[in-house]
Amino acid sequence: MIEFDGISKRFPDGTLAVDNFSLRLPSREITVFVGSSGSGKTTLLRMINRMVEPTSGRILIDDEDVASLNPVTLRRRIGYVMQNSGLLPHRTVLQNIATVPLLNRVPKAEAVARAHELMETVGLDSALAKRYPAELSGGQQQRVGVARGLAVNPNILLMDEPFGAVDPIVRRELQEELLRIQRELAKTIVFVTHDIDEAFLLGDHVTILSRGGHVAQHGSPDEILSNPASEFVADFIGADRGRRALTLRQSEGRTLVVDGTGRIAGVLGAETATGPVSVGAGGRDEHLGEITLGTEAADLPGLDTPGELGSSSEAPGVDTTSPNSGELGSENEAPEVDTTSPNSGELGSENEAPEVDTTR
Amino acid sequence: MLDGLNWLLDPAHWTGSRGIPTRLLEHLAITGMTLLIAGVIALAAGLAIGHTRRGRGLVVGLSGALRAMPTLGLLVFIAVQFGFGVRLAIIPTLIVLVVLAIPPILAGAYAGVESVDPATVDASRALGLTEWQILWRVEFPLALPLIVGGLRSAMLQVVATATVAAYISLGGLGRFLFDALPLRDYPQMLAGALLVAALALILDLLFLLVGKAVLPTGVRAARGNRRSKTPTERTAA
Repeated sequence: MIEFDGISKRFPDGTLAVDNFSLRLPSREITVFVGSSGSGKTTLLRMINRMVEPTSGRILIDDEDVASLNPVTLRRRIGYVMQNSGLLPHRTVLQNIATVPLLNRVPKAEAVARAHELMETVGLDSALAKRYPAELSGGQQQRVGVARGLAVNPNILLMDEPFGAVDPIVRRELQEELLRIQRELAKTIVFVTHDIDEAFLLGDHVTILSRGGHVAQHGSPDEILSNPASEFVADFIGADRGRRALTLRQSEGRTLVVDGTGRIAGVLGAETATGPVSVGAGGRDEHLGEITLGTEAADLPGLDTPGELGSSSEAPGVDTTSPNSGELGSENEAPEVDTTSPNSGELGSENEAPEVDTTR
Repeated sequence: MLDGLNWLLDPAHWTGSRGIPTRLLEHLAITGMTLLIAGVIALAAGLAIGHTRRGRGLVVGLSGALRAMPTLGLLVFIAVQFGFGVRLAIIPTLIVLVVLAIPPILAGAYAGVESVDPATVDASRALGLTEWQILWRVEFPLALPLIVGGLRSAMLQVVATATVAAYISLGGLGRFLFDALPLRDYPQMLAGALLVAALALILDLLFLLVGKAVLPTGVRAARGNRRSKTPTERTAA
């Protein structure tokens, strides 16, 4: 367990990056710090392994004050993965992964064997072992970074926007991979990101930080989505707009899910429509056509976070006067939907729509 | 020009304690000793400045100011000012040459260390490398190409300037120049100058090869990948 106890950090230039921050991070689960830049999230992360020293307050790892530990010893017990991999450019993949074990005087053969094992864990072909970082793609470099972070078999893994610099498809893969690894290894992971979708996808617990390291809300993704603590949180997670403001619309006997921009996010599957509804948010640029929500949803890009499904009466409705309400096919030309419109269309009102082309 | 070449080709000039091979070796010995001493001082200072990012203005300013003093004047001053100066001519010679060699080596060292990606250093520290380990396992190998560049630049200046050692009765290729001057023996002067130039070129080539050899493989791979970009190699002087 990692415990922040009244942590403050004032930088030499006078900025108060973190102001009296207290939080307990449970073991063997992923806690995500999410916030925009200047929210102190990275500063908080780097205090855990003493890369940054707090101005006041204590950080305890399993009830042991980190300030009482030698920084080098402490860091060698904690895995660290950073945004641009931070790999040593003059060392091979294998050497990079084995760096710290070798410093800890693990016998070479053992360190090499372990490094190969870790490459497998993070999904790297062992043929890459002798390559140099510059010869790898961005995604492969991040995988090496994760393997290196795991090399000393730490209880704690710190991840500072590790997938921030790779393209969305690779990021998606890496996120899935991290969840898979976490299911196997169950580390205490502290993950920093500015991407709320990533936070909700990965986090068992999410801490939303506002400027100065203030906790705007802390809880599970479900708790935060269903009950945003403040205007700020609601705005930050985009609960009432865009991809998370989902409304239902009936057409031709199917229940469509429409997001706040008026785009079809998916079709409510028959098997899930009656049970507890889980709805994914759709892709941004293209219609996904027919989506069966449920287990298959995980395979679709963008279907990552539970959206908030508005009930028909209080849903910010789709303006029925919009050309959008007619044929779905016309959406590309006129994606404008007035979500604040007072004449919120009831979901049933969409039934008149003559032809709905859900395959578009 | 031809006279100079003829002088060089004369077999009589290639033997004995005043022959070309002897003078060449003396010249090399002076150059080598200078680079060794200057290298130790300047590398220690340069790596420290590069790693800590402190004291750069002071050290660079000081070494630059010393460097600005005219070598020949400084040489004569030290030689006559101190008791040992004339008896042990090698000491004032080495002092002035070391002063000359320090700035480029120093610049190569700190520029080399500073050129290492801060993210690489930060990650190394976060993994639990000690400051010494960061310096020797990360910064030094990655700085080596620029360090060798600095040594190369220093070597060129020292080879050319080591001729002044002969001014205070020491050996080296400068002997041919200073001995010929009062006699107005221009062929010998020309030959001496040609020898210095040839030695400088050969050593320069050698350092060039060493510089390529020490470029870490992974870094070479990185440059290969970014061939379209201009190399960020900084000249050390």
